[in-house]
Amino acid sequence: MSTAAVAVRAPAHETGSYLEHGRGVRSWLFTLDHKRIGIMYLVAISACLLLGGVFALVLRMHLWSPQGALVSNDAYNKLFTLHGAVMIFLFIIPGIPAALGNFVLPLQLGAKDLAFPRVNLLSFWLFVAGAIFFLVVLVVGGVDTGWTLYPPYSLESARGLGILLALSAVVLTGFSSILTGVNFIATIHRMRPPGMGWFDMPLFLWALYATGVIQIISTPVLGITAAMGFLERIFHLGLFMPEYGGDPILFQHFFWFYSHPAVYIMILPAMGVVSEVVSVFSRKPIFGYRFIAVSSMAIAIIGFLVWGHHMFVSGQSRWASLAFSFLTMLVSIPSAIKTFNWIATMYKGAIVLKTPMVYVLTFFAIFGVGGLTGLFLGLLATDVPLHDTYFVVAHFHFVMVGAVMIAFLAGLHYWWPKMTGRMYHEGVGVASAWLVFLGFNLTFVPQFLAGVLGMPRRYATYAPQFTAHNRLSTVGAFVLALGLVVALAGLLHSLRRGRRAPPNPWGAASLEWTIASPPTHHNFDETPRARGPYDYSGLHEVSEDAGWVREEGR
Amino acid sequence: MDATAQPAPAARHERSRFLAVQFEDMAAQLATGKLGIWLFLANEVLFFSALFVSYGVYRSHHPELFRYASQFLDWRMGATNTIVLISSSLAAAWSVRAAQLGNQRTLIRSLVLTVVLAATFMVVKYFEYSHKLHNGVGWGTACNPSPELLASLPAAVRAIPVPAHLGTFFSLYYLMTGLHGIHVLVGIGLYVWLIVRARRGDFGPGYYGPVDAVALYWHLVDLVWIFLFPLLYLI
Repeated sequence: MSTAAVAVRAPAHETGSYLEHGRGVRSWLFTLDHKRIGIMYLVAISACLLLGGVFALVLRMHLWSPQGALVSNDAYNKLFTLHGAVMIFLFIIPGIPAALGNFVLPLQLGAKDLAFPRVNLLSFWLFVAGAIFFLVVLVVGGVDTGWTLYPPYSLESARGLGILLALSAVVLTGFSSILTGVNFIATIHRMRPPGMGWFDMPLFLWALYATGVIQIISTPVLGITAAMGFLERIFHLGLFMPEYGGDPILFQHFFWFYSHPAVYIMILPAMGVVSEVVSVFSRKPIFGYRFIAVSSMAIAIIGFLVWGHHMFVSGQSRWASLAFSFLTMLVSIPSAIKTFNWIATMYKGAIVLKTPMVYVLTFFAIFGVGGLTGLFLGLLATDVPLHDTYFVVAHFHFVMVGAVMIAFLAGLHYWWPKMTGRMYHEGVGVASAWLVFLGFNLTFVPQFLAGVLGMPRRYATYAPQFTAHNRLSTVGAFVLALGLVVALAGLLHSLRRGRRAPPNPWGAASLEWTIASPPTHHNFDETPRARGPYDYSGLHEVSEDAGWVREEGR
Repeated sequence: MDATAQPAPAARHERSRFLAVQFEDMAAQLATGKLGIWLFLANEVLFFSALFVSYGVYRSHHPELFRYASQFLDWRMGATNTIVLISSSLAAAWSVRAAQLGNQRTLIRSLVLTVVLAATFMVVKYFEYSHKLHNGVGWGTACNPSPELLASLPAAVRAIPVPAHLGTFFSLYYLMTGLHGIHVLVGIGLYVWLIVRARRGDFGPGYYGPVDAVALYWHLVDLVWIFLFPLLYLI
C-alpha cells in the first residue's frame, strides 16, 4: 500500500498493527510509514551511539596513565575526531527528531502520516549513506583534525581520502537533516486536527517545530562549506587556505554558523521530551505552557546569533566578541524559563518515579550544571583561560550527553510501549537511569576540575598531576556504559517478555495515547478531535493491564 | 486549519488518484506542498548564502582584484543570459496559469518554451566557460591567463600588473555560476518530467501542484542569477 500520489483506497477500519502491515525486509527498507522509518532511524542511531561509545571507551582507557596507555598518539587523534564526528553527526543531531520525532509527531497530530512520506524515506537513506561514508573514513585510515575539520590543517595537500569522505558524509547527513526539518514544519503547519490551534499543541511539537526552523536555515550553510572545503582540497581554490590566498577564519565562521545552532537542534527536541514527561508523571498540567512554547522559538532565533563565541581566540574583532558574548548570555534566559517552568510543574504534583521521570530528574540536575558552565565560557574574561581545556569538554558533554542523551533515553522509555506494544521492566529501567547518572557525573565532574587547573583538550598525554582526575573519569565512563547496556538489555528483553502495553499506560492526554499500542498502519481511522494535551480530567487507571481511560465527569 | 470536524472523506466524494492518503482533500495537499517547497527554497537561499558571503568578504578585502578580474567576463553574454532566464521564468509562470485553467495546449507549449530557454542559457554558459578555460582562466591555482587574452583587454587594464591570487575571484565565479548551472540542469530535468506528465493529461484545475512547485523553484534559480549577473559581470 503506498501513500504516494497514486493512492490505493485504504479500508475504512483496519486491525493489526503497523508492525504486521507488510512482511519481509523490503516492506521495511522501502516503507513510507513514518513509524517504520522512525524505528529504522532508532536502530541506525543506536548503532552509531554504540560505535561512538566504543571510541570513547578506548580514549578513556588510553588516558588511564599520563603517557597514554593504549594507542599511538596518531591513533588517539583519529579516535577523538571520529568519536566527535560520529556522536554529533550520526547520533545526537538526528537522534531525538529523526527517531522519536518521526514516530510521534504524526500521532500527536492525529494524522495518518507526515506531509511528505517519500521525502522522509529519502532523508533516512541519505542518513544511511552518510553513516556509510563515515565508516569508510575509518577503513581508509581516519581523520585526525578534530570533528571541526578546521583548515588549514584539515585541507593540507598531504591529506588522503579520509577528509574528502568525511566532508561528503557531512553533506549527506546535512541534507537528511534538512529534509526532516522541512517535513516536520510542513506537517505541523498544515495537518493539525480540528481543535488544535498553535497553543493547543503538545510541547514536543513546539520543540520539533523550532528544531525544524534551525535545520532548514543553518544546515545548508554547513553543506556548502563542506563542499567548498572538498573542492579546496582538490583544486586549491584559494578560499580557505592561506597559501593560495584564502581565509581559514572564514571557514570557522561558516562552520559555527551551522554548528552552534546545531547544539540547539540537539537540545530543543530533548527539552520537548522533558516537557511531555514532566507533566505526565507529575499528574499535573504543564506550568507556563506558552512560555515554554515561545521560549523554544526564542532559543531557535537567538541561537543563530551566537556562533562567534566559538571564536573568541580565533582572531575576530573584540567588538564582535563583545556582541557574541552578550547574545550568548541572552540564550540562557529562555533556557532558564523552561527549567523554572518544569520545576513549577512538579510543585505539588503527584510525582510518579517511573523510568522516564527518573531520567528527566537527572536531566534537570545535569542540564542546570551544563547550562551554567556555559556562562563561564560565554564570558570573555573567563573563556580565554578556559579555552581548549577540559572544562570545555566537560561543559559540552554535560549538555550533549547529560542532557540530550538522557532526554533521549527518557523519551525512548516513555514512547517504548507505543512503539513496540510492550512494557519494559520498570526496575531495570530505573536502575539504568541511576547508573547513567552516576557514571556520567563520575566521568565529567573531574574533567571540569582538570580543566580549571589547565589540562588542555585533544592531547594524547597529560601532566602527571591530572592522573587522579583521569582515572576517576575513566571509571565513570565504564559505569556510564554499563548503564546504557542495562537500559538496552531491559528494552530488548521486553520485546520478547514484556507485558502487553495498553493504549495509555501512563495516563497521558496527548493524542498518541488514544490509539492502540502499537498503532495500526494508518494510526487513526478518522481524524480525531483534539483536546488539551495536558488535560488530565477524567483520566483514571483501570488496572495495569488495561491502562488509563478517560471518563468524562469523573 | 479550520476548526470544524470533517466527516470521513470517503463519505463526501471519490478521492482523486493524485490525492495522497494523509490529506483530507486536494486543497490541503496543494497548500502543504506549496509550504514544503517554500521551506525547501529557504534552504536553497542559505545554500547559496555562504558563496555570497565569501564574495562579500573577499571583495571587501581585495576590491582592486575584483575590478580587475571582472574585465575577463563578457557582460554581453551575461546580459543575454539574464534576458533568456527572465523569459523562461515568464514561460514557467504561464504554464502554472495554463494548468490552473486546464488549458492543455498552452500548458505544454509554455513548458516546452521554458526548457528551450533553459537549454539556451546552458549553451551560452558552455561558450563562456570553454572560452575561459581555453585561455587558461581556471579556478584557484589553475588561473593563468594566456598572453592573447591579456592583450585583448582594454589599454587601461593592461597597464596594471596581474594581481596575485587572481584565481580566488575565479574560484568564486566558477563556484557560484557552477552551482547555479547545476540548478538549471536540475530544472531542465524537472520540466522534462512535467512535459511527460502534461502530455498524459495529468494536470488541470483539480491538480496542478507539481507545475506550481517546479515553477517556484525555477523562479528562485532565476532570482539567484539576477544577483549573480551584476555582482560578477558589472563591477
